[in-house]
Amino acid sequence: MSEPAAVAKATMFPRFGSDLKSKALLGAVIVLAILYPILDSNASHVSSAADAGVFVLLALGLNIVVGYAGLLDLGYAAFFAIGSYAYGFLASPRFGIHLAFWLMLPIAGIIAAIFGIILGAPTLRLRGDYLAIVTLGFGEIVPVIFLNADKYTNGPNGINALDPPVVGSYNFGHNPLPYYFVVLFLIALIVIIIRRLRDSPLGRAWMAIREDEVAAAAMGIDTVKTKLFAFAIGASFSGIGGVVYSSKLGLVTPDNFRFSTSAFILSMVVLGGMGNIPGVILGAVILFELQSLILTQMTIWSHQLGAFTHIGFLDQLDFVNLKFLLYGLALVLMMLFRPEGLLPSARRRMELHATPEVAASESQELYDVSTEAQSA
Amino acid sequence: MSPFELVVQQLINGLSLGAIYALIALGYTMVYGIIELINFAHGDVFMVGSFVALLIAGGLGVTGTVSGPMVAVVMFVILVGSMLATGLLGMLIERAAYRPLRHAPRLAPLITAIGVSFILQNVVQLRAGPSPVSFPDVMPNPVILAGNVIISAKQLMIIFVSIAMMAGLQWFVLKTRLGRAMRATAQDRQAASLMGININSTIALTFFIGSALAGAGGFVFGVYYNSVWFINGYIAGLKAFTAAVLGGIGNIAGAMIGGVLIGLLEALSAQYVSERYVDAIVFAILILVLVFRPSGLLGQHLPESAG
Repeated sequence: MSEPAAVAKATMFPRFGSDLKSKALLGAVIVLAILYPILDSNASHVSSAADAGVFVLLALGLNIVVGYAGLLDLGYAAFFAIGSYAYGFLASPRFGIHLAFWLMLPIAGIIAAIFGIILGAPTLRLRGDYLAIVTLGFGEIVPVIFLNADKYTNGPNGINALDPPVVGSYNFGHNPLPYYFVVLFLIALIVIIIRRLRDSPLGRAWMAIREDEVAAAAMGIDTVKTKLFAFAIGASFSGIGGVVYSSKLGLVTPDNFRFSTSAFILSMVVLGGMGNIPGVILGAVILFELQSLILTQMTIWSHQLGAFTHIGFLDQLDFVNLKFLLYGLALVLMMLFRPEGLLPSARRRMELHATPEVAASESQELYDVSTEAQSA
Repeated sequence: MSPFELVVQQLINGLSLGAIYALIALGYTMVYGIIELINFAHGDVFMVGSFVALLIAGGLGVTGTVSGPMVAVVMFVILVGSMLATGLLGMLIERAAYRPLRHAPRLAPLITAIGVSFILQNVVQLRAGPSPVSFPDVMPNPVILAGNVIISAKQLMIIFVSIAMMAGLQWFVLKTRLGRAMRATAQDRQAASLMGININSTIALTFFIGSALAGAGGFVFGVYYNSVWFINGYIAGLKAFTAAVLGGIGNIAGAMIGGVLIGLLEALSAQYVSERYVDAIVFAILILVLVFRPSGLLGQHLPESAG
């Protein structure tokens, strides 16, 4: 018991020096993020940064579910799809409805949250790994429905000509710059919301459930309701991300939301550090830019090198095809060697680095011996 | 074809498909039974099995239909070869990705399982390419006609192989010492280890058998559909998992029944609802079973309710 208590103390009374240093770092990151489009005038880089920002939103939302509440949601992209299609239905010539982008942000958030509750209410009573499978199934069903309900969704071609956001008389059009700042603003807003939530009774209840559901229930926490909040709030961020993403693309098609997208977002959360906001943001930016810039660039270099040296194999190499292999390796290696992620939260590190003896003795105290018996 | 014959035809198609799902579902259920882990990579082990079968067929120089009695020998060699390869792969996965995390929070091995699944898919994609690869039409496929209903030799082969595998598994689990060790480990790992059972090797053996059965599934899948694809393992695995849950996860007989039921459901809904909604229907069943009867049809142990 002494070690968790020490951690709690450390987080409650952070040392002054480290606080100042982290504030300076935070300020530098914010200034850099705002100045980035000026420093890098390449429009495609700014566009890719705006998309990365959408994935930061998604990863932050999934972090609430996986990182705080400890629920493995493998169908998270379904809520992203729901938000995107909500924008497609309500802000395009498809049905002649043209709600404003700014109005759609909260609406899509609410719609996604409602679907989160519909899915979560019956299933959150299930144990964690069953929940993972139910969400996986849900994540498969949603794009299948969007794909096949052609009458409303235009099938595989999707809905196009979505309305771009408008401020006064200024139309965002295809300029990535305003999208970048909208995403930046949303990230800032959501980070503030998440920080407040994390330190609220609800946030502490999430972590209590993650660490020991039976003990949390014994302390009087309504576990189903608490988990449902995590699910709904996480889903709403995904819905908001969907609005931004689809309005920027001007198009919504069903194939952007399969399991690979859910797993992509999960990899971001795991890589960065489950339960830690800066970690999750870092993980999302690294993995997104890895996909959109680094691997593409490596492919170009490799092809140039191949053309130059006449080594045929370099010519054929396509690093973008390797991305899922890299995600898979990242998931396995992170879990084995650094389960707390690149930037861990102190609490999570304690939990994941419990020695086998501690884990075994803890489980023996709380449950019967069969759960975590010591291997021979 | 009369409506009645159509139903019978779909039942036969569904039965052979379900037999493949059952072979995969056994691996899920055995692994879950012994270490309570959903082995997400299991569907991809099945997929690797179909590619190993393709490799062995290539190695034997089999490119088309083998005639005469040699066909039985060739198919037996390919079957055993792919089972051995996937069995060893399963053991390797357990050793590298799951065993080090046995005492970690439950989330950790689930996440590595997803990672392993991605690794297997992409390694195969790198080697075999992103498109479906044709699988040699190894066995001749005479059909039996009953009225207008077609029963093919391949369908009979699949059903035969599945029944033989399941009977062998039941015998192994119920009648042998190692099988008893597996059941004891599943029931109470610590008590089993106090009785002198080597827990690590018993778990490794479970992975070997479960993965070998998936390899057999991969081989018959290739023979039946004449095409293998790196993406096949994901959906087939998810459906087989549904089958395992439907039958009652951890329950071997349940996995067989669940597999057949899912195969039948799939064939019938493709015929009578819509081909395009088959996957959605199967996964809806999964969600409904988990919500209303999480112990499945034959399961005894209910998952802990948190509510």
